[in-house]
Amino acid sequence: MTHIPLIALVGNPNAGKTTLFNSLTGSFQKVGNFPGVTVEKVSGTLKLDSMSVECIDVPGLYSLAAVSEDERVAVEVINGTLEGTSRPDLLVCVLDATNLERNLYFFSQLAEAGYPIVVALTMIDRLEQAGKSVDLPKMSNLISVDIVPMVGHKDKGLQDLKDAIERNLSNLRVPAFDIGFPTALETRVASLRERVARVGIDFNKADIRKAILDPEDPFNRFLDDFPEMHAAFQDARDQLGKEGILKPALEVTSRYQWASVVTRAVIKEGESTKETRSVTDRIDLVLTHRVFGLIVFVAMMYLVFQSIYTFAQPLMNGIKDGFGWIAGEVSPHLSGVPVIQSLVVDGILGGVGGMLAFLPQILILFLFIAILEGTGYLARAAFLMDRLFGWCGLNGRAFIPLLSSFACAIPGIMAARVMPDRNSRLATILVAPLMSCSARLPVYLVLISAFIQPKFGSLWAGFALFAMHLVGLFVAIPIVWFLNRKVIKGKRLPFLLELPPYQWPKWRDVWIAMYFRGKIFVKTAGTIIVFMSILIWGLSYFPRLTANETNAVSQAYSTKFPSASKDDVSQEISRAQLANSILGRFGKAIEPAFIPAGFDWRITTSILSAFPARETVVPSLAIIFSLGGNADKGSPDLAKSLSEATWPDGRPLFTAWTAVGLMVFFALCAQCMATLATVKRETNSWKWPLFMFTYMTALAYIGAVLVQQVSHLFGAK
Amino acid sequence: MAGVGTLDMSFTKLRKGMHARVVSIGDDSTEMTRLLEMGLTVGTTFHVIKVAPFGDPVEIDLRGYRLCLRKNETKGFEVEPVE
Repeated sequence: MTHIPLIALVGNPNAGKTTLFNSLTGSFQKVGNFPGVTVEKVSGTLKLDSMSVECIDVPGLYSLAAVSEDERVAVEVINGTLEGTSRPDLLVCVLDATNLERNLYFFSQLAEAGYPIVVALTMIDRLEQAGKSVDLPKMSNLISVDIVPMVGHKDKGLQDLKDAIERNLSNLRVPAFDIGFPTALETRVASLRERVARVGIDFNKADIRKAILDPEDPFNRFLDDFPEMHAAFQDARDQLGKEGILKPALEVTSRYQWASVVTRAVIKEGESTKETRSVTDRIDLVLTHRVFGLIVFVAMMYLVFQSIYTFAQPLMNGIKDGFGWIAGEVSPHLSGVPVIQSLVVDGILGGVGGMLAFLPQILILFLFIAILEGTGYLARAAFLMDRLFGWCGLNGRAFIPLLSSFACAIPGIMAARVMPDRNSRLATILVAPLMSCSARLPVYLVLISAFIQPKFGSLWAGFALFAMHLVGLFVAIPIVWFLNRKVIKGKRLPFLLELPPYQWPKWRDVWIAMYFRGKIFVKTAGTIIVFMSILIWGLSYFPRLTANETNAVSQAYSTKFPSASKDDVSQEISRAQLANSILGRFGKAIEPAFIPAGFDWRITTSILSAFPARETVVPSLAIIFSLGGNADKGSPDLAKSLSEATWPDGRPLFTAWTAVGLMVFFALCAQCMATLATVKRETNSWKWPLFMFTYMTALAYIGAVLVQQVSHLFGAK
Repeated sequence: MAGVGTLDMSFTKLRKGMHARVVSIGDDSTEMTRLLEMGLTVGTTFHVIKVAPFGDPVEIDLRGYRLCLRKNETKGFEVEPVE
């Protein structure tokens, strides 16, 4: 088998790397996860004239000195040391021409790591708009690599870049230039490099230099077996200290000096400077203004929220109706075998339909996120909101995922990827399902209309509905505070937010982002969701009542209610069947634990059977509470059935407080396997969904018990 | 050391429109190192563009780009105003 060359696309965040990657690979992309970590692996096939190469999109980096986990993964991808990756043959380094100094800092580190590099210089058009120009031959000479100017959205330069990649692949050469570190330092670097090479350790110059400058540098550990090497390094340090060369931040400062010199040498200032800046500044005058900025922000977020909350509804209903129609068409053909019929209709079609119904929300949200991110507004929103989120360990970017979670936690959790650092992303993911999603609404509405409105009137009913939406939000605040201190470990970097100049969104990037988010959801989370739907279906379907048992149920029912219709009887059989199922038995088994919350086994069974999706608790309640009292009144009204349900001793099962307790339970619990499946996919581990399920269920239980017990204290019956 | 005197101050004192220079960078922690790597090396001058509506973060213009920083995460930095 011939070796397929691997090239890695690297660069600073905001340098236009993703746009370039999309232009290079188009739809030939694969999105997955690196094994064992949360970082997403995006790679694709790049077709050159004479061959195809694999291209990997490395997450944006400011430095090769990785601090956070995400950065460590990115650096390991570049080094080819991460499990399942190999060392790239060539790096394509994306440099932003309008932000050359800082981009060159990163480049100077890369260049010393010993890779052949081709530079793609982006944002040339913006540089020219500002009346500046770049001297490419001079720059190419100074940094000793091929430089290809790119104009992102016009794909100008793309063919040149492909040609340059092909040319460099057949003639691999490592850039060589002098950063300008003090000579005294470099001499020692050279001699120590030779010495460690003699004992068989192959360090590059940058590694040796870091090991000299910083005794804490991890590279020093490689020397542990050679005490004399440690001594030699310490000696070099002492000498340099005496000569007054060893200053704090020497490495960074030297590199920036070099970057600054190169930038001044290659960028020619023109007449009308700061042209684009002033357009961006003029927009920012409004968009980050303390009053107008916040107004625009609220309006923008309202639009995003309404879009996923309201506009997605018809599409979701369409998908559900579509699957309902298919079920209706398929069902009669399978009526001969009830098990298969129920499996196909309730288990498989129900599961697939329920899963696909999330797609409209996901696609709409990612349409917005891609536009907001592409234009640069997302960074401004984070700037405005950071203070409000910063104190509990999140940052301004958490706003979008958390707000979206009020519509649905699935797109919300997926949107947490707008946060570049793992810790805040994880914290946001873990509290996102506490936001009251639209699937909880039917639960609230049924219970409020049955128990709050009749007793206390519409005003309190409205208040209860509002309060239920706030419960999760208020609980989330201490939770996230706690998570950030006790649960999520790892180094925390200062919050760094760049405000890039505004630009028009690049539509190809938008479509690609939407397409891959949708695809990933269906492929990975979707598979888990459908599998779990079938599992829950099995648990609520088996074991079946025997023919004798079924007859006994229907006879007992008909004797009790002589006027019962055929439908009523079959409803009663469904109820008995659910009670007899594994799920029903389990519900009965855990009843004692839920007595303090005022829930009986019928409620616990309904909660259990709502695991595929919260809103299914309503039909579950309907099945299990379709009690005889309504049998002769035609279609049973669920609210009425609930209010007439009693404990075995005749006390009413539901008081207003039990209803509040049940609502609080639903506000806090993680009864949504689609959420858990999405968390699994986004964190690339079962650990976090399990943690989420445990802590939320515990919260929900405590909440429900508290409501019940406090109501007793105040003498409620 | 040059610049040491009454004019020294931290990021918390920065106001919109000010021009300032980094005088010293405090400790050598990884957090501070990352800020250096963003270009805030000693001697770098920058321009305070604005402060966010709720008082944090601060947007600065340095080395030709715009960066926002939280005041309390730049505690080690000493800066001095420049004319």
